[in-house]
Amino acid sequence: MKRILKTIGIGALSISATFFTLGQLQAAEVIKIGAVAPKTGPLAGGSTVSHWPNLKLWVSQVNGRGGLKLKSGRAKIELIEYDDRTNPGETIKAVQRLATQDKVDFIISPYGTGLNLAAAPIFAKYGYPQIAVTAITDKVPALTKRYPNLFFLLGNTTAFTQSVADILKKLVADGKIGNRVAMVNVADAFGIELANAARPIFKAAGLDIVYDKSYPLGTQDLSPVVKGAKAANPDAFIAWSYPPDTFGLTAQAKIVGLNVKAFYTAVATAFPVYAGKFGGAIENVLGAGGVNPDSAEMKAYRKAHKEVTGKDADYWASPVVYASLQILEQAIEAVGSKDRKAVTAHIKANSFNTVIGPVRFNNQNNDKFWTVGQWQNGVFHGVSSTGRPGAKTVKLKSGW
Amino acid sequence: MDILIGGILLGGTYVLMALGLQLQYGVARIMNLANGEILVAGAFGAFWFYSGFQANPFLALIVIVPLAFILNWGIYRYLLSPLVRRAKSRGQLEVDSILATFGLSFIFVGLMLAVFGGEYFSYGYLERAVIVLEQPYGLNRIAAFCASAALCIALVLWLNHTRSGLALRAVAVNPTAASLVAIKVARTSALAFAIGGAVTASGGALLSMFLTFDASIGVIFTLKALIIVILGGVGEIRGTIVAAFMLGLAETAVASLIDPGLTLAAAYLLFIVILLVRPQGLFGSRS
Repeated sequence: MKRILKTIGIGALSISATFFTLGQLQAAEVIKIGAVAPKTGPLAGGSTVSHWPNLKLWVSQVNGRGGLKLKSGRAKIELIEYDDRTNPGETIKAVQRLATQDKVDFIISPYGTGLNLAAAPIFAKYGYPQIAVTAITDKVPALTKRYPNLFFLLGNTTAFTQSVADILKKLVADGKIGNRVAMVNVADAFGIELANAARPIFKAAGLDIVYDKSYPLGTQDLSPVVKGAKAANPDAFIAWSYPPDTFGLTAQAKIVGLNVKAFYTAVATAFPVYAGKFGGAIENVLGAGGVNPDSAEMKAYRKAHKEVTGKDADYWASPVVYASLQILEQAIEAVGSKDRKAVTAHIKANSFNTVIGPVRFNNQNNDKFWTVGQWQNGVFHGVSSTGRPGAKTVKLKSGW
Repeated sequence: MDILIGGILLGGTYVLMALGLQLQYGVARIMNLANGEILVAGAFGAFWFYSGFQANPFLALIVIVPLAFILNWGIYRYLLSPLVRRAKSRGQLEVDSILATFGLSFIFVGLMLAVFGGEYFSYGYLERAVIVLEQPYGLNRIAAFCASAALCIALVLWLNHTRSGLALRAVAVNPTAASLVAIKVARTSALAFAIGGAVTASGGALLSMFLTFDASIGVIFTLKALIIVILGGVGEIRGTIVAAFMLGLAETAVASLIDPGLTLAAAYLLFIVILLVRPQGLFGSRS
């Protein structure tokens, strides 16, 4: 049955191609920008929150200013969007199409680690700068060496797990919690990678992993997982989780009464819908990401995001996606033309003022990023970073 | 004991996913690959009522069930009955309906995307703990279980003790013979398909109380429903119910006793073993 489904799937996918063209051609000069990311499929839930709204916001702001400032005058952005249905094959095809058929001047990086890496060779082949945001991996040095036009903004796996270990280690050292950690992960790419990175790091930090289990992607009943963790009597609960299970684990922890003083879930903890669903219950829940919500740039960004897209930005990847667009904008304007080679060289060599603060790539990698955030008074504050200012002190969770 | 109750609750969830497909596939002979999308549509319906009118998902059913019934009747009447008429054999109808409903599932995903957007939806209704035999369980899961139990009883009673139910079973067993004894096969099939759709949509509305969903998540439910229907035997409501609870119990037992990572493996192992022993499914009869 599955094979039949797959065969039909491939057929149907290749037939139904959807694309939307935004922007009008009335301006004197136009700069064509392509975008490909999931609008459907497993990653669509994330990309609709963190990725697409920022493109909409950026294009509307730039075109509202009259377009990008080139030497030849202002050029309005014409955005060409493709849905890759969370299918790496489709991402590759769409990038190729943008480069060869639509002949766009620049391409926004795709969404998700797998899709970004799948598309990297095509970006390199056609010489487009690829400022990857939602791609987190420990293979950054090798990848940037192989692809001289590939940039990373959001961080690497080890830093994310190291920060969690450091936070727990400090809480243990201060005598606030014991060193028993229950750790679970979703049995899928990012979850597995984080869990594998975490095991030796946690051990080195003197933490005792008393429960260590994975669960398949799309598990409908997470109560055995949470009950198992609770039975191990942990002081901290760490879940390297994906969006649907981040919600499921939190709901079950509430029901089962898993009252640990440090509760961490990974992806989607920073989503507005997480706070919308659980309200005050998630006070002091820890999660992946974080921002400094108090900076003037961030406040202005969140306000504009709400006004233009009608939705709240998340507290992790959203502003970084926007920052990647600001970097592209500033580089194009500094070069003053659509010369991709010059723009790539400019991105490598210069510092950029963005919503997440100044960004300067070190070997094509941004090494100053937020790693852990915590819900405090309804806002997801960054509590740990690799060199971003404004971190709050970690607070202990007291029940649900 | 905890495993037993947890497994039964999960089984109730699975019944809600699979029962509608069983009616559609077992009686109307339509292998409906858009089943999961109908379920998600039901979930969106409940979400919409909850966020718009503060109406609880059980009240929302009053609107969702008739709407889903009419929608699915329409789908069968206008989109699928031409396929039924031209199909020379059951096999051909299955292939045709798989292709047609697979296309349909894309249309549904697109529509839901356009109306609700692509992000995750999760609202959490009745998300409180209930203590049963000293173990906490989510009240929403228990409520969904009770609803699915009521649904099962109603369906079994209807199928076994009414004339229209008898007609439905007759069509499930042999459509040609059924038409010889003056059963309107086309109408009965349409009825089964529409009821199946309504059951699936109400399942979605109930599951939305505790599952996180988005516009493109339907295929996960379709696959689960397919496994359960085939496990239980095509055309056998009882088989579907038993298979759903077996799967729920097996997954919970494996997750609690061995490793949560093996639940999927356990489910497929059960599937393979049963199909090896009884290729026609638990309750299915050899054709």
